Amino acid sequence: MSLEIEPIVARLREALPTAGISLRKNPGPSGQHSLLIDSASLIDVCRTLRDTPGLEFDFLSNVTGVDWPVAAKADTIAIPEGEGTAPTGGMLEVVYHLYSTTLRTGPLVLRARTVDREKQVQIPSVVSVFRSAELQEREIFDLYGVIFTGHPDLRRILMWDEFVDHPMRKDYVAPDDYEYEPTPHEAVLEKAKKHYGERQKI
Amino acid sequence: MAIDQKLADELKSQGVHVTSFEQLINWGRSSSLWPLQFGLACCAIEMISATMAKYDMARFGAEVFRPSPRQADLMIVAGTVTKKMAPQVVRLYNQMAEPKYVLAMGACAISGGPFKDGYNVLKGVDRFIPVDVVVPGCPPRPEALLEGLMTLQKIIKHEKLMGKTRARHADPKGAAEMPVPEFGAHDLEPTANRDIWNPPTIVREGGVS
Repeated sequence: MSLEIEPIVARLREALPTAGISLRKNPGPSGQHSLLIDSASLIDVCRTLRDTPGLEFDFLSNVTGVDWPVAAKADTIAIPEGEGTAPTGGMLEVVYHLYSTTLRTGPLVLRARTVDREKQVQIPSVVSVFRSAELQEREIFDLYGVIFTGHPDLRRILMWDEFVDHPMRKDYVAPDDYEYEPTPHEAVLEKAKKHYGERQKI
Repeated sequence: MAIDQKLADELKSQGVHVTSFEQLINWGRSSSLWPLQFGLACCAIEMISATMAKYDMARFGAEVFRPSPRQADLMIVAGTVTKKMAPQVVRLYNQMAEPKYVLAMGACAISGGPFKDGYNVLKGVDRFIPVDVVVPGCPPRPEALLEGLMTLQKIIKHEKLMGKTRARHADPKGAAEMPVPEFGAHDLEPTANRDIWNPPTIVREGGVS
């Protein structure tokens, strides 16, 4: 059952008049529209969604990240209603999927965006509202480099602590260890070609 | 010293068994290979299956999976070796007592397999530890693992314990410990143990000329 998102937006705006909430339409057949939340009001929105009778989004199913080197592309899949604030430069996005287990509704998709991809990559942690976000936020920190302010234990979870890169970013360059490839094909073939020797003389 | 097979057979028919210490020791070692009990990925499931009643690795004397590397002879690298796991695998190998053998099971342990293109997977465990037997497959069937085990038994039965062609573990200079790679900023450091991993340079048509 697809979620009626407009009443939820109306209730949120009623409860939090100052919060930056904008509805983003998904034109695809799934019609999974999302809410773009100002990172400053993210925790308030999450708490309201969890505690308001009739909404009761008590289950944070998934948190994931998106890297947008060209920020304007983000609006091609999450289209702003009316006049949206066109993002400039690049940014990182965190996407939350909320369900209500009591009302059996969901998923409600929330998005939060950082200012850029380099310095201002902070987003408030929602661990204080949904404890299940703890490990998933660590994973996003590890792979995308989003810094979750207020997270109780923000450190790498998949890669080792000494690692400095964020592998899921689009501009990540993987270490080149394709020097010995007896049967390369596809992507490995392209990478192994750098190690090819002199052209064989026939 | 080799034994005259005809003489040995003749004596055997008279109830006298003639053998050498080398054969006796190799027979004992090859018939009681104790694998190290650890699995890294889905290949471990096939390894477990190989020990269960249907395939019954106990027939080859290799059913006693040891939870401690100190008691194990054989390391079955069953699964994907991630770069984060690689130092631990090398450390386990170093903790095993001699003589020790390594069987790389499955495409991932051999070369990185389907995850070769990933930034986080070691492209073959032979970059850090010496591999005696490789068992290809994704994952290999239990029969393939048993074939690999029998191959290793054949290798052990032909090992020389003395002389110039003696086995690595019988040589006092044979490296028993492999350097454990460190976690670096972008990759493991070093990315391979060049003392044991020296792949041939592959020259192909259409290369950079």
